[in-house]
Amino acid sequence: MSLRIRFSHWQIVLLKGLIHLLCLGWATLVYWRAASDQLGGDPVEAVLHFTGISAFNLLLLSLTMSPLAKMFKQGQFIRFRRLLGLYAFFYAFLHLASFILFELQLEWRMLLAEIIERPYITVGMAAWLILLALTLTSTQAAQRKMVRRWQSLHNWIYPAAALVALHYIWSVKSDIVQPLIYIAMLAILLGFRKDKLLRPVKRRYRALTSSD
Amino acid sequence: MRIKLTQPSELKESQVTDEAIYRDRRRLLKQMGFMGAGALLASAQARAINLFGEDKPDFQTRSLEYQAANQTEQVLTPETKVISHNNFYEFGTDKTDPRDNAQDFQVQPWKLRIDGLVEQPINLDYDDLFKAAPLEERIYRLRCVEAWSMVIPWVGFELATLLKKAKPLSSARYVAFETLYDPKQMPGQNNPFMGGGIDYPYVEGLRLDEAMHPLTILSVGLYGKTLPPQNGAPIRLVVPWKYGFKSIKSIVRIRLTDKQPPTTWNQLAANEYGFYANVNPNVDHPRWSQARERRITKGGLFADNRIDTQLFNGYDEVAPLYSGMDLKRHY
Repeated sequence: MSLRIRFSHWQIVLLKGLIHLLCLGWATLVYWRAASDQLGGDPVEAVLHFTGISAFNLLLLSLTMSPLAKMFKQGQFIRFRRLLGLYAFFYAFLHLASFILFELQLEWRMLLAEIIERPYITVGMAAWLILLALTLTSTQAAQRKMVRRWQSLHNWIYPAAALVALHYIWSVKSDIVQPLIYIAMLAILLGFRKDKLLRPVKRRYRALTSSD
Repeated sequence: MRIKLTQPSELKESQVTDEAIYRDRRRLLKQMGFMGAGALLASAQARAINLFGEDKPDFQTRSLEYQAANQTEQVLTPETKVISHNNFYEFGTDKTDPRDNAQDFQVQPWKLRIDGLVEQPINLDYDDLFKAAPLEERIYRLRCVEAWSMVIPWVGFELATLLKKAKPLSSARYVAFETLYDPKQMPGQNNPFMGGGIDYPYVEGLRLDEAMHPLTILSVGLYGKTLPPQNGAPIRLVVPWKYGFKSIKSIVRIRLTDKQPPTTWNQLAANEYGFYANVNPNVDHPRWSQARERRITKGGLFADNRIDTQLFNGYDEVAPLYSGMDLKRHY
């Protein structure tokens, strides 16, 4: 017995529409509430936490698509991957923009100092830049043009996800339970790809042993 | 979708949060934290149940009689923010957790004991807390180590008044404070998923001269009423020139000692939190800057509220306590 899922064209359109609606609608609602001071004692902190955790959620979701596709032998899941990845960057963008606009309130010198001096911000910034590169090369045109380099560039999603996890656990004061849950989820998702992730290591090992 | 009709007269109050919306935000925040993450649900379950539950009635506070403070030019942090944005890990680590989880906290009966190196140990019951000394209002800045701050009208009395009644022995050099340990009421205390990995009960300490300083108060109220549980009912310490975590909440014991007592955050991360924890813009937290702070007042995301942090939180009169000390080393 095998489970099979098959989406019709319209179901895919509908699901994609739902992703757009949720991702855009939620952000709009939260920013509207924050702007009108209806988001608790410290709307700046609330917005930073919301955008940060949402970006991570979406990143993990995008990494769930190909294991799902394999599990259900249904390649259609891959059709949601780019959209989820783009929204992960959308929230990461809001996260950094909110940090600069509302936390630092446009003190650019402070931003530079924070990126250099605060390891968890350095790490977050590095992840952000990777996600930016992936976003800019997410079009089919870029994919065609870059051919094989496209895949190697987009494999950087794995180090980016690890950096995001590190940024998260490093940023909390002492309540590491939730970051640990996220790290566990990421570990599971990377576990599905262990062959792929270990391939370069194995290749090097083989090269080393064969040169004896 | 809820549509709320308002009277024209209500429009002027645009800065004031409608209570219904205000309560709803908790549900909203919980939902969005777990947005889309179907895999996440281990820790979400407890919260998810809450989505459908009614909020419990708020803890009942009552008005206090006290000597009002002089007018201040400082803009006060609105009461709704003072009582909804709290770090009190005994009730959970999110800022809104204490308000959400502490409303049925029992403050009666309460016992506060002052002992250790004193001639005259003192026991105070709940009612005694409000009669230990004449109550007065103190409007203080509270600077959190997380680089945000509030301006809060406390009601209380100087700690020195109480300590003098207990008559400290000449050997007493430090004062140790302890929060109630009652995991039944404070679920974070024996639940590692809620309590932030702290070894409870929460303890704090001051040097005796710091404790005797007239700025140091025990607070039993804010905004003219008794303290709500999330702010440390029924009695808490307020030391306005130190980071907020020094101002220990819901105190059951004050002990005079001859040795520097252990303090909770220092035990947890000694390189990040010192015993003194004086507000100091020149000594950064290892992971973030302490040079500036966000002052929480009225206004949302676009409130221009970033200000310079001042040494000793602007309470220069305490500087003599630390003359000759290297504040970078004794952070």
